[in-house]
Amino acid sequence: MPEFLKINELKCGYPSGFMLEKINFDIQKGSFAGIIGPNGSGKTTLFKSITGEISIIEGDILLNNTNISTIAPRQKARKIAIVTQNAEAADILVEDYVLMGRFPYKSTFQLFESKEDYALANKFMKLTGVLKYKDKLMSELSGGEQQLAAIARALTQEPELLLLDEPTSHLDISHQVQILNLIQQLNEDLDLTVLMIIHDLNLAGEYCNYLILMNNGKLHTKGTPKQVLNYKHIEEVYKTVVITQENPLSKKPAIFLVSGKTLNMNKHD
Amino acid sequence: MKAKYIKQSIILLGLFVLLALSILLALSVGEINFSIKELIEITRNKTGIEYTIINNIRFPRILLGFAVGGSLSLSGVILQGVYRNPLVEPYTLGISGGAALGVAITIVFKLNLIFGIYMLPLSGFIGAVLTIFLVYILSVSKNHFDINKMLLIGVMISFISSSSMMFLMSTTTAENLHSIVFWIMGSLDEPNFLLVKTVFYASIAGLLIVYLFANPLNALRLGESKAKHLGVNTNFTIRVLFISASILTGISVSVAGVIGFVGLIIPHLLRMVMGTDYRVLLLASFLGGSIFVIISDVIARTIIAPNELPIGVITGMIGGLVFISVISKSKFKTN
Repeated sequence: MPEFLKINELKCGYPSGFMLEKINFDIQKGSFAGIIGPNGSGKTTLFKSITGEISIIEGDILLNNTNISTIAPRQKARKIAIVTQNAEAADILVEDYVLMGRFPYKSTFQLFESKEDYALANKFMKLTGVLKYKDKLMSELSGGEQQLAAIARALTQEPELLLLDEPTSHLDISHQVQILNLIQQLNEDLDLTVLMIIHDLNLAGEYCNYLILMNNGKLHTKGTPKQVLNYKHIEEVYKTVVITQENPLSKKPAIFLVSGKTLNMNKHD
Repeated sequence: MKAKYIKQSIILLGLFVLLALSILLALSVGEINFSIKELIEITRNKTGIEYTIINNIRFPRILLGFAVGGSLSLSGVILQGVYRNPLVEPYTLGISGGAALGVAITIVFKLNLIFGIYMLPLSGFIGAVLTIFLVYILSVSKNHFDINKMLLIGVMISFISSSSMMFLMSTTTAENLHSIVFWIMGSLDEPNFLLVKTVFYASIAGLLIVYLFANPLNALRLGESKAKHLGVNTNFTIRVLFISASILTGISVSVAGVIGFVGLIIPHLLRMVMGTDYRVLLLASFLGGSIFVIISDVIARTIIAPNELPIGVITGMIGGLVFISVISKSKFKTN
């Protein structure tokens, strides 16, 4: 299998303060990878180094063997689409917002979108279920709907890699599952490689097929959910006592939290 | 055509019609009033005092009003887009303050008597350019713009130049003081047609350049980092837009003085009726600004005829009142 995204001895971070060091991992084409870790472990810093918002100090990030920092902005936006956690609440029509995904394909002198652009936007609005809102303003949609529109916009960029920064963090479980099911479907049907930051370890275990566990600016463990999500790793990184078991249906690892009271009671036994 | 563009096309068409009407009004109203029929006749004959009035007095004013109104309104809509702040207007960044200071220095030290009639607009333009330059270099760090820092620096420089100007005004002669005040209040009365033409061509060129950045400006509505994610070269875009808006404002101010409010209210009103798509908003703002300034000038020169009010008085009063009445009635959100 070819390495699609390769992070090689990466060092990056903020000039005065937080730094990531010695990050190495590969993501295969077509995988659904997740970045997990506690707050402040460097998930977002790693994410931003791939999006180009943080400059790389050492090492490199290769996409299809091309150094990512040498790719021109528009070219990069054709390969990598990004969905962030905060909703797009601007006063923009949903259709216009989704059409913005065609920006990287437009020439400087092209003011309006072509028929093909509209067809693509329509196709992905339909797929994500926001077609019925196309004449509404983004600010009128709920958080979950905005996130679906953001995914439609990302798909309209026709990317090879979809980066998501906690796409489900503000949503209830039905919307969480709806969005992750959608991403899973895109991953499988469109052979879209997905890399997402996700806080919820259970969702990470259920949906991802590759996980990167970050801790204190370093990569702690990487591998399949079964390899990464065991209680030893989690207790070490999160400093929290957990019980890991297998989800009876999906056979994926599931994590149970235990309250302090329960923990104390069981100590006496 | 897409349904969403129908409304916007109608508004644009309406603005063109309004512009034509306001030009007709400005041509026919004044110390001597002409009917449309007379206007046609006079422009056909090309002789007589009437033709001189229309061709040499009214037409240059209209052309200047068109260019200045369009430039100021266009600068306003651009800067509000770049800064994502609805209260920014061309004068917020100190451009007008810098221009006014340049002119005040010229008047106080009588430089215009040494260097000729071009010295006044030239010194205004130099003042504006120096201010832009100062704001620009002070807010770029490591080749990256800090938009909020830039805004603050602009406001501060604006304060500094207006204080310096007040210092000059309080220490100079009454005659100079009168010239400075008169210049600051703004007027479309510019006897030099070459200057009028310069402002006109600059405003059209500005509009064309800015249109190349309409799509990036649209993407910037999502914020700088999301625009970057879409492949927008935000640094370059912001730089070009800032410089274009500043130069447009600088040229307008140096020829016509400080005509206030245009860059603030016209873009606002248009955003309320036609949304935030810059591909139509840029042109609409330009036309709206032109109409507003041309009509304000007609009022300024007729309301207390044979005397003339400074046009800034009219734009401020009418603009402010219209704006307050519209904004208090609507459920308009400021972002």
